[in-house]
Amino acid sequence: MELADNNNDGAGKSLGAYLAGHLRDYGLLVALIAIMLFFQVVTGGTLLKPVNITNLFLQNSYIIIMALGMLIVIVAGHIDLSVGSVMGFVGALAAVMMVNWGWPVWLTIPACLVAGIVIGAWHGYWVAYWKIPAFIVTLAGMLVFRGLSLWLLEGQSVGPFERSFQSLSTGFIPDILGINRPNGTALIAGALAVILIVWMGLNQRARNRKYGMDDEPTMFFVVRNVVVCGALFYVMYKLSGFRGLPNVLVSMVVLTVVYAFITENTTLGRRIYALGGNEKAAKLSGIKTEKLTFLAFVNMGMLAALAGLIFAARLNTATPKAGFAVELDVIAAVFIGGASMSGGSGKIIGAVVGAFIMGVLNNGMSIMGIGIDYQQVIKGLVLLAAVFFDVYQKNKG
Amino acid sequence: MTSLLEMRSITKEFPGVKALDNVNLTVTEGEIHAICGENGAGKSTLMKVLSGVYPAGTYDGEIHYDGKLAQFADINDSEEVGVIIIHQELALVPLLSIAENIFLGNERAKNGVMDWRETFRLTEDLLKKVGLSENPGTLIDSLGVGKQQLVEIAKALSKDVKLLILDEPTAALSEHDSQALLDLMLELKAQGVTQIIISHKLNEVRRVADSVTVIRDGSTVSSMDAHKEEITEDRIVRDMVGRDMSDRYPPRPHRAGEMLMEVEDWNVWHPEHADRQVIKNAAFNVRAGEVVGIAGLMGAGRTELVMSIFGKSYGKNISGTVKMHGKTADVSTVGKSIDAGLAYVTEDRKSLGLILEETIQKNVTLANLPGVSKSGVINEGEETRVSEEYRQAMNIRTPSVFQKVMNLSGGNQQKVVLSKWLFSGPEVLILDEPTRGIDVGAKFEIYNIINDLSEQGKGVVMISSEMPELLGMCDRVYVMNEGALVGELTAAEASQEKIMSMIVTDVVDEPVSGAAE
Repeated sequence: MELADNNNDGAGKSLGAYLAGHLRDYGLLVALIAIMLFFQVVTGGTLLKPVNITNLFLQNSYIIIMALGMLIVIVAGHIDLSVGSVMGFVGALAAVMMVNWGWPVWLTIPACLVAGIVIGAWHGYWVAYWKIPAFIVTLAGMLVFRGLSLWLLEGQSVGPFERSFQSLSTGFIPDILGINRPNGTALIAGALAVILIVWMGLNQRARNRKYGMDDEPTMFFVVRNVVVCGALFYVMYKLSGFRGLPNVLVSMVVLTVVYAFITENTTLGRRIYALGGNEKAAKLSGIKTEKLTFLAFVNMGMLAALAGLIFAARLNTATPKAGFAVELDVIAAVFIGGASMSGGSGKIIGAVVGAFIMGVLNNGMSIMGIGIDYQQVIKGLVLLAAVFFDVYQKNKG
Repeated sequence: MTSLLEMRSITKEFPGVKALDNVNLTVTEGEIHAICGENGAGKSTLMKVLSGVYPAGTYDGEIHYDGKLAQFADINDSEEVGVIIIHQELALVPLLSIAENIFLGNERAKNGVMDWRETFRLTEDLLKKVGLSENPGTLIDSLGVGKQQLVEIAKALSKDVKLLILDEPTAALSEHDSQALLDLMLELKAQGVTQIIISHKLNEVRRVADSVTVIRDGSTVSSMDAHKEEITEDRIVRDMVGRDMSDRYPPRPHRAGEMLMEVEDWNVWHPEHADRQVIKNAAFNVRAGEVVGIAGLMGAGRTELVMSIFGKSYGKNISGTVKMHGKTADVSTVGKSIDAGLAYVTEDRKSLGLILEETIQKNVTLANLPGVSKSGVINEGEETRVSEEYRQAMNIRTPSVFQKVMNLSGGNQQKVVLSKWLFSGPEVLILDEPTRGIDVGAKFEIYNIINDLSEQGKGVVMISSEMPELLGMCDRVYVMNEGALVGELTAAEASQEKIMSMIVTDVVDEPVSGAAE
């Protein structure tokens, strides 16, 4: 009893300290929700209409998918400026394969992913084994692959594609309950996700307590979970009112979970953080720093290719301008999500939330009819504000 | 004798910590005044108060300098009246020349155009004063730490220094360079420059200081005047740690079990200058339970030797064999060296040994992640348990293993590095300057850890620039000079004189190569 009381006392006193220590984590989530509420109000409820939520996911999926790879590249202490071009190039390649050469979808998709891997390996080779700064290597790649997609498409748009290819982006998971509206699959998936999140959260808490690790105050845990799960289920409910779960949302969620697991729970992930934190120390600890750097770029290439396929599938055509300046949105998302420019820190979930913040800003401002000029200004200021907040926190702590 | 500087009841508080509590310091004009204290005792904070890094008003108490109440708003203020501080981490721009560095921010220029002739002439004068025979146009990059230190002093002299503060000036210097620096300090004193030296090396303090102030936990513990009483190292140590330290090197029975590691015919060439042989035919061995030292001057090639062995992390065209338990071992990568049973604690723990932004826990497991994972997935609970175990065993002073390493003191950081390597399960640990820049109390703990390792039957190779440390800790000492192991002494025969004479004799034997270096 006495022990329990002491624990409670400790928790009560450290509430402020805990909040201060985790302000960034909560801040990001609070910022996303605040931005969503803001646009929900000013757009007169359009933002959270089922069709718009569906659109939000479709519009931002390729950014989020590339943000996963970019986070790893940035954590490893590098940058990849070529992803927009690579994405455009792979979309063009897919279009040429299917439309001009008549390749089937089942062959085109893996071939394009392999192409992305090869492109990533090309960048990674120069960065990892020749120590050429990633900024330069990928700046070169940005020009090369922009040029190659123009060449490949001969300056034309190429399309349209087969339905099966389009469904990569615009398809929906059928309703297993057969109700269709509301969509049963979406509701069930939402419920399962909520149960899973709470269950994993509780498990984590139990384990933290067992080993005396930094423990979240109960109140925070409850509030955070209620907000997250509430938002999640709300979104699922809304989606169920339109056409259900988009295919691309499912692949996005699966990829996010997989990459979050790899970065946070595996030796591979830990070594990438170590490499970004102090490359020399990592190397002298037996970590194969060159190989990891190489792999980070290979992975980035593959994800850029996947993004390229999804983007082409959504537009149902490949254009020479596809992916133009997208690398900046991806990089911005990762930094808004709290990654450090110097490498060694940042989280997958942060990058995903960062990408959503950018996405909601884009979407919300477009609905409001704000011109593209102001949109750029506002997005730029949001990026600066987010990073300023990081730096300020760091200096204060 | 009048006092040049009087700091009266200086109190400086940071949120939650009283870094200085009523500290008094009186420095007489023309003397060398030493400030001693353990890491974290408040020495650097005191110097920051003095030099205006913490401006007047942010601390309590008064500073009287040159007979006047001094209220420095920033470093420029204090430099203007001749108070100049040379920090432990040198503040030189590596890719600028000596001359450019000396007059950085204080350029000799006419209407904003550099007057190179004047700059170089003045630089030559200053270099002569500090005894550095280098061309003023030489880039800082190409100078060793010892020479860089001299450039810093030349820079201070260029500013008309009255009170020169040296924060751990010899921490990164070899015995030889340290002696030269101390001589220079005495010479400056003769020219009337008052100096404050902060140092852990008590023999140096004893050699140059006219008076000593000891600070412990933010308060002045004692002030001693060498001209009135004898200042012994024991007395300083006692005041610093607040207890008697009768034995600075904990005793250990001599153990030498089976042969663990043998290095034979080791040759290494410089990574950039392919014609320069850095290591020449080196051979040494370590037995179980033995602590073997490698002595030598800075630049003798000690770090290069061990780094070229550990995963071939240094040099080119490496040849020779490393045997573990009599069998040739593959040490071609760091990973394979670790598998072969080696561990290397680097000389520079901040840039080569630790990931400062990460927690203690993540640093401890870094060299042996498989030890806390199953099929590539880390068991975080197990990781916490392991690092917690090391925290207790090594007595790492921190509230928890989730503390970031950058928040720890030097001694505690070193214990984290040692934990990391112990967890990798080595048979032979190579310790490169394991006690550099850490205070007396923590040094003693490191020595105890080394003795524990010996007791567990591990072999220890220890590189140190502090000869008393090698003599106090090692069973055998190899002497290294200019890339070759020139001698081997047992603990019984080794003495500072013998080691130095081996180095000197070697130079005399090979006058040609000696002159070439």
